Amino acid sequence: MSFVTVRDVFQEYDGRPIIERVNLDVAEGEFVSIVGASGCGKSTFLRLLLADETPTRGRITVDGGTPAREPGRERGVVFQKYSVFPHMTVRDNIVAAESFPKGWGWFRGAKLREARARADEVLERIGLAHVAKNYPSTLSGGMQQRLAIGQALHARPRILLLDEPFGALDPGTRLSMHEFLTQLRAETSMTVFMVTHDLGEGFKLGDRVLVFDKTRWDPDYPERYGATITYDFDARDHGIPYQHILDKIPSLAAASEPAPAPN
Amino acid sequence: MRLLNRHPTRPTGILLAALPFVAVLIAYWIGSEIRLAANPQDKLLPAPETIMNTAGRLFTEPNKRTGEILLWADTFASLRRLAFGVGIGALISLTVGVGIGLLPYVRRGLSSFVAVLSMVPPLALLPILFIVFGLGETSKIVLIVIGITPFLIRDLSQRVLDIPHEEIVKAQTLGASTWVIALRVVLPQILPRLIAAIRLSLGAAWLFLIAAEAVAAEVGLGYRIFLVRRYLAMDIILTYVIWITLLAFLIDFALKTLSRKAFPWLGGGL
Repeated sequence: MSFVTVRDVFQEYDGRPIIERVNLDVAEGEFVSIVGASGCGKSTFLRLLLADETPTRGRITVDGGTPAREPGRERGVVFQKYSVFPHMTVRDNIVAAESFPKGWGWFRGAKLREARARADEVLERIGLAHVAKNYPSTLSGGMQQRLAIGQALHARPRILLLDEPFGALDPGTRLSMHEFLTQLRAETSMTVFMVTHDLGEGFKLGDRVLVFDKTRWDPDYPERYGATITYDFDARDHGIPYQHILDKIPSLAAASEPAPAPN
Repeated sequence: MRLLNRHPTRPTGILLAALPFVAVLIAYWIGSEIRLAANPQDKLLPAPETIMNTAGRLFTEPNKRTGEILLWADTFASLRRLAFGVGIGALISLTVGVGIGLLPYVRRGLSSFVAVLSMVPPLALLPILFIVFGLGETSKIVLIVIGITPFLIRDLSQRVLDIPHEEIVKAQTLGASTWVIALRVVLPQILPRLIAAIRLSLGAAWLFLIAAEAVAAEVGLGYRIFLVRRYLAMDIILTYVIWITLLAFLIDFALKTLSRKAFPWLGGGL
């Protein structure tokens, strides 16, 4: 059953094709990693999924709905940078995920207290409770990204889009962020798209790894053709999904046993 | 060691900062001595003590006929005009600046208009303002507004455009409307910039204020300076000039302090 459906999507800027003929079906709850060389259109594809841009041709639908024309609460996003609001405290950044859809974007009185209590729970879970009253600029890069993810998830989006979310972090922080994300996913079972430069990261976190590349290449005119999905790996079980198939489906074991040699 | 890598120590720094002030005072004092030695009645460069005495008189002695101290009345009138002019200018530029920065329709409609408007020399419009609004308070305030608003609008709209697109998208994914994004994401982030821009445009605001007062007024710092010019009362003019400078400096300092106190999230950077 396809949850996110991408049909014949083309995107051009000023007549210059960036991605062409992209088709994709993603089931609900899948974690899709998107990798590829720089400038191969993977970030463009993420912006299309986000509905920050509308494709030149083709359509992208979520759960069979109409294609979105602008970003909304259905899609949460975390960018590499600038994903939290610098002028709000850590706690207010989480509260914003609840208050922004309201008329003035504000809570007051009892509602504010309730929202703050819920925000404190979120901060407790993502390990930022001790800096609730600080401003994001005083946080480390990893903590800022954790806050950004917590904020995005607090709005309860149906799909979460991550644009190189750990690209600016040092390797140690990156590893702890992987654990953090894996843990959150186990709790929420959300559909996730993650653009990354790091193949290892893509395979480690993703259920599927999509590779964007150009299938046609004109040496005299490199910008002639756009990129598309060239590989679609099954990345479950560290990219070797059938290695442990006997553990999962024991009934196959009997069939695979060689017949006992006749005496 | 290269000159550009040499930094003064703290006492040297203070001394260096004081040096130009002291130099100007000494230069004035010498010039005044020379002229007064040649002609004790000279009015052009009054002795520093004469200025001090005049200043003491201006700040404390009430006018015999009306009973009010003119300098304070002038100060009050001028500051009122300045506050209204700058305040109205700030409100207009905040609204239009956010509009231009955030809404493509407003940007297409207004940005070239504002760019052209900012090229109009405001002082050339002063006669028109006097004709349209009369010689009262309105024309002076409007001159300040016209003088500083285009600059403020251009500065603020650019600052709105400088807000990372990621932040605006993020706010949308949290369900914020255009109004909420303007109110909760854009406005708080450009307020510090507004204060910085006001600090930059205060010099121009004073210029327009004094020019307008010089042409037609009954009270005001600029009016007084141009009035006593007729009697070559350099001691009064210099007192007023120093007073205006001091006021401008204090306003600038107050705005700087406000910006630091009110926007802790900037972390000192601006």
